[in-house]
Amino acid sequence: MDDAVERRVVGPAPHIAAPTTCTHIMLWVVAALAPSALWAVVTMGWVAAQLLLICIGVALATEYLWNAIARRPQTLTDGSALVTGLLLAMSLPPRTPWWVAAAAAFVAIGLAKQLFGGLGHNLFNPALVGRAFVAVSWAGVFAAAPSRGWFQTLPEVTAEGFDAISGATRLAVAAADRAASGAYGFDLAAQYQPLLLRNLEGSLGEVSAALLIAGGLLLIVRGIIDWRIPAGYIGTMALVSWAFGADALFHILAGGVMLGAFFMATDYVSSPMSKTGRIVYGVGCGLFNAVGRFVGAMPESTTFAILFMNGLAPLIDRMTRPRTFGWVKRDA
Amino acid sequence: MARQVFRGGVHPPEHKEATSASAIQWAPVPARLVLPMSQHLGAPCVPTVAVGDRVARGQVIGSVDAMVSAPIHSPVAGTVTGISDTLTTGGARVAAVTIEPDAEQDLQGYVTVTADDERGRVRAAGIVGLGGATFPSVVKLTPPKDMHIEVVILNGCECEPFLTCDHRLMVEQPERVVAGARHIGRLVGAKRIVIAVESNKPDAVEALRAEAGSDVEVQVLPTRYPQGAEKQLIYALLGAEVPHGKLPAATGALVHNVATAAAIADALEYGKPLTERIVTVTGEVARPGNYRVVLGTLVSELIEIAGGFSGPVERVIAGGPMTGQALASLDVPVTKGTSGIVALAPGVAAPAISGDQPCIRCGRCTVGCPMGLEPYAIANYANRRMWDSAAARRPIDCIECGVCSYVCPTRRPLLQLIRLAKAAALAKGVS
Repeated sequence: MDDAVERRVVGPAPHIAAPTTCTHIMLWVVAALAPSALWAVVTMGWVAAQLLLICIGVALATEYLWNAIARRPQTLTDGSALVTGLLLAMSLPPRTPWWVAAAAAFVAIGLAKQLFGGLGHNLFNPALVGRAFVAVSWAGVFAAAPSRGWFQTLPEVTAEGFDAISGATRLAVAAADRAASGAYGFDLAAQYQPLLLRNLEGSLGEVSAALLIAGGLLLIVRGIIDWRIPAGYIGTMALVSWAFGADALFHILAGGVMLGAFFMATDYVSSPMSKTGRIVYGVGCGLFNAVGRFVGAMPESTTFAILFMNGLAPLIDRMTRPRTFGWVKRDA
Repeated sequence: MARQVFRGGVHPPEHKEATSASAIQWAPVPARLVLPMSQHLGAPCVPTVAVGDRVARGQVIGSVDAMVSAPIHSPVAGTVTGISDTLTTGGARVAAVTIEPDAEQDLQGYVTVTADDERGRVRAAGIVGLGGATFPSVVKLTPPKDMHIEVVILNGCECEPFLTCDHRLMVEQPERVVAGARHIGRLVGAKRIVIAVESNKPDAVEALRAEAGSDVEVQVLPTRYPQGAEKQLIYALLGAEVPHGKLPAATGALVHNVATAAAIADALEYGKPLTERIVTVTGEVARPGNYRVVLGTLVSELIEIAGGFSGPVERVIAGGPMTGQALASLDVPVTKGTSGIVALAPGVAAPAISGDQPCIRCGRCTVGCPMGLEPYAIANYANRRMWDSAAARRPIDCIECGVCSYVCPTRRPLLQLIRLAKAAALAKGVS
């Protein structure tokens, strides 16, 4: 009993704490993305594994070195740098040169996160900032067929197999076809199944919409992310696609929508905190993503749609404050 | 309209199974009792006895002439051996009367309280809110003239994890609870009497329903913390929000704890003063249970009565783990507001706060706050000593339930920071 007394601590109430810590949350996100990442490695091959290792490794190393140089406590165990590296890799095409991926990871952690003050202080989603940085800086490297957009490096795997044809993504082709003739040159409905299960165009994260949806639902069920953001995002995307006379299902399955809606837009730090705010934010993401696709020149507008809404998140929080219990109006 | 569900809240592991079936038993009277002169909210009492005096069980040993106060009675027959300061469970130093009980005790008998009217007897019996708030009950039985009480609500929610003292009272003495409910209803002229119990206590619901006639409703509410918080309880039952800055009576409701109601019934029917209470002693103790404890028993003795610690203990809590106080010393007395003594093992107890943890803006505190506040925002301002900005986010409306700190994944001491903001706001005259 003396031992017990010596170990006793005092502190303010409450004296118990929910089991979910920051690290748990981050590891759940990793677990939810792991099937997609593994499937990407299996289907795309070693290039995908390399990309994952480079992004995660550089993200962790950048955070470690930053903290060491700035003489701040080490923060790798919170898991956030791991998630950023993983998300970044999932957002990049498999044949991204290693030095472009490394630069993206360095910018993500160094510029977008640590420079702002570390975890919790970044205004923008670090992985998306890293991706946007390299997409803009090395558009030529990024895109094998620059005339058809900036996100088209990918080996076209067709019935003929890997034949080193660097083709455009279905999405870019669809956009180009629309721009040229107002009609699609291929059957969109025939794309549902590959987009859901095995798609080798686009980024690692686009390999299987079904796996991303499963991971996203896992996070929702576990209470890690709020359903309001992906629901607002995907719902709006589908609605606007329909309004533009496009194939709604194709447009929510293609490109970065699923990765963006379930894993990028739901980043805590850069999204609103109130329930209402999260719906507004999700709808905004969907809207700008769709506008980028149908009106702008960017078939792959997910990154910038979410980054734009990240910037609006503080404003959304401000405008959607919860009503205080016992007050008739917020400013009564 | 009954809403049943208040906004926000959490459902922590209940940990009630260790004591929810253990019948209330008398704790042996220890060799020394320490009775603080302030066991209630309001004016502290002044000792009315001197060292060497013989006292009878139920005799007044401390009182003060103030509207908001409650006299203190000797829980035993014995001798006053000292009048000096003591540390309380809350960490304050207050004047206390020390009594050495006689070897032979008749715990069934006591000096009955006398007064001209019923409210006077409740006052003279020293009854305070036994849920932990310790507000003198007679004050609540005397609502302001311009307020009419429509509904009396007895709070049998016991939403704090670990605690089962109210649960066992409702199971074992439902007739006292129902009798108290009727007395309170009659005294304030209420049309409706409701006893609210959380769904995790079906045996209590059954026992109460067997006693309650057509005049007393027993309502089952979802098990969700803080269901037993006054404002959330009223909202769940009546759909009415207590307006900011107003008394709960503004909604026509008056809330008393079930144990308080039973004590009121005992005072009115038997003239019994408040000299003991039921305390749940649980967690890492050898014989967890619900003990009827004479006030003034030291926590250290009570833990021995419960068989001592059964394993490593990181925190010992007076009250429940969500709102109670961690004890720095176990040589503090059980008082009227001590609903439980909970010994938390390492791993069950929240880890000690270390350093400045970042807010990752997950929103759990905002979604969980039953008052619709944004705890992270108040805490961020408090952390930077920006008291005016903090005050604008209404820390004064905080009911200090602790949900925000409980759910925070980076373990920020949100409630503690909100308390600082609240104190700063009150000091600046914000209302």
